[in-house]
Amino acid sequence: MTTDSTSGATTPAGAQGSTSNPTPGSRSDSDPKVTAAEGPVRTPGSRLLGSTLVRHTALMLAAYVGIVLLLELVSPFRGSQIGEMAYFVPAVAGLTLLTGLNGQISLGHGALMAVGAYTTAVILEVREDLPFQLVVLIAVIVTSVVGAVVGAAAARLHGPYLAGATLALAVGLPGLALTFEERLGGEQGLRVSPPSSSVNFESFIQGTLGFELSSQKYIAYVGWALALIVLFVLSNLIVSRYGRVWRAVRDDEVAASLAGINLGRARVLAFVVSAACAGVAGAMIAVITRLTAPTTFTIVLSISLLVAIVIGGLGSLVGAIIGSALLVFLRPAVTNLGLDNGLDAAAAANIAPLVYGIVLILVMLLAPRGLVGSIRFAYLTRKAGRQMKAAQQSR
Amino acid sequence: MQQFLNLTLNGITIGFIYAAFALCLVLIFRATRIINFGQGAQAMFTTYIALEVIQRGGSYWLALPIALISGFLLGAFVERVIIRPVETGPEINAVIVTLGIFIGLIALASVVFGNTFEGFVAPFSVRGLTFGDTNINITPNNIYNIVAVLIAMTSLLVLFRFTSLGLQMRASAFGQEVARLLGVRVGRMLTLGWALAGMFGSLAGILIAGGGFISPAFMDGVVVFGFVAAVLGGLDSFIGAVVGGLVLGLTTVYVQGYVGQELQTLAALGILITVLLVKPGGLFSSTVARKV
Repeated sequence: MTTDSTSGATTPAGAQGSTSNPTPGSRSDSDPKVTAAEGPVRTPGSRLLGSTLVRHTALMLAAYVGIVLLLELVSPFRGSQIGEMAYFVPAVAGLTLLTGLNGQISLGHGALMAVGAYTTAVILEVREDLPFQLVVLIAVIVTSVVGAVVGAAAARLHGPYLAGATLALAVGLPGLALTFEERLGGEQGLRVSPPSSSVNFESFIQGTLGFELSSQKYIAYVGWALALIVLFVLSNLIVSRYGRVWRAVRDDEVAASLAGINLGRARVLAFVVSAACAGVAGAMIAVITRLTAPTTFTIVLSISLLVAIVIGGLGSLVGAIIGSALLVFLRPAVTNLGLDNGLDAAAAANIAPLVYGIVLILVMLLAPRGLVGSIRFAYLTRKAGRQMKAAQQSR
Repeated sequence: MQQFLNLTLNGITIGFIYAAFALCLVLIFRATRIINFGQGAQAMFTTYIALEVIQRGGSYWLALPIALISGFLLGAFVERVIIRPVETGPEINAVIVTLGIFIGLIALASVVFGNTFEGFVAPFSVRGLTFGDTNINITPNNIYNIVAVLIAMTSLLVLFRFTSLGLQMRASAFGQEVARLLGVRVGRMLTLGWALAGMFGSLAGILIAGGGFISPAFMDGVVVFGFVAAVLGGLDSFIGAVVGGLVLGLTTVYVQGYVGQELQTLAALGILITVLLVKPGGLFSSTVARKV
């Protein structure tokens, strides 16, 4: 997860990417030889670390080990919350790529998650024996296809138009579940039987690590494995040629098309990648909550994803993780706060969206770069200030 | 045939209300190039204020002006305090802020007024008129709705066409720098535009609520329909918004009657995408091309 190549929508960063690499697109950043040839003389160790691919792989593996250990340490309730994060992280990461990096706002990601979730639920209902990896793959493919259709329309729209069109999608799509009631379960939704771990895997975990494997923990393992794969793919995409192209399209359409970028294709591709992430998230929300119902995929879900990327900082994957964590841990906290202050359960449940609304407004008014973006900006400003001072003294 | 006639009459009534709602979006878009996704939530909130007045024993005719005034004040407050700082920034920031208003106000209403359906009185009878033996689906309340929207539209037209204030507002929307040089208080005009839109929106909210049920989410669909209607009309033209509203009203009612109520919003989405792909400037666009 490199945040150094990402930036909020307010700071133009596409230009940096293309100036440091005079021929964008002719090679990949993850090629160690190129990186080594550019920089000063490096030792083999630093060359290995300099490779984005190696660095990201190591980070992801370390993160996975950390999460498995964390699941052992915390209480079952916290464990379930960490499991819940596993479906927010891919969706939020996908949205931050679309909105932060490519500048397309989408309120339809809740609806895209619904596509993934319903696909998963229907497949698991019809063919329970399919391996779960295959089910997720099908859900991702179906969601990507839907995303390509939406993205093809979205590529021609911008700003408020795009927000309105995707808003219509988010409000309207759950209606399909009510229309095709016998297949999609109507208002009640579909029950989902989560995949169970094989006996071999359980005994392997017990034998090597000595952990008891509950079904809840197993789902969390699977969910986080998927979430980290998504993060891994996205973090590499962001620093690759595609990431530069997306930023270029976001920052200046005219300059980007003069540089030979097909604007429409770049936008649709960003939308498809983002939709695929929402598909992963949808598949996981189906098996984690064990239910797929229209009430899950309201406009509030779409906006809460937006809240997560806005808090974390548009375009930052670290910000996406922080934002997802806030979504998961903040909601019960503020709901309890409401209950403690004498609200009834129905009213207290609405404190969280109220906080979302206030947060969206305040962050945009006070710190539009978000958490990660603001910290980076402060750091860069100080660094620039120091360099200025040093330059003045040496003169 | 009977059903078709009834649906058509119903669609025209609803269309006028959508038109009123689309008009507030147009009013704001012309002035500030922002689409206020919080407009529906603001209208919902003022409708709840009206309901509160009625439940405390006030009459409908007392609740209506109170709701309109609170809509006016809420609109002014939103522009002055929340929108002004993001007006000049990237357009995505303004969109996000209005979405914050949207979700925040709906949640606030759920906390304050309760997340349940509550009945809202209609000022006139909601029973269809009878001509001879046939009962047609146009009620005195429907007529009241149409007349109310027409009165509001006419006053808006008079304000913009024939008063100095209207001229100043048009000037601020047309060119802020020039208007400012000519001594127009542009900031005030923008606030006034949002306030008028808030008032218009709360009228639409009350009319939709009349004779039905309201809940904190009851305007969600209307936001979508109003937006599609406004885009259909080109987002810039008042006439366009009215025609767009009528088209949307008829479409949604036909879809509801012949296909299924759940698919209304998707039908609206279909119209929106078609219009944006075929005639991006809307049905009534001027010759100037605009990027959507």
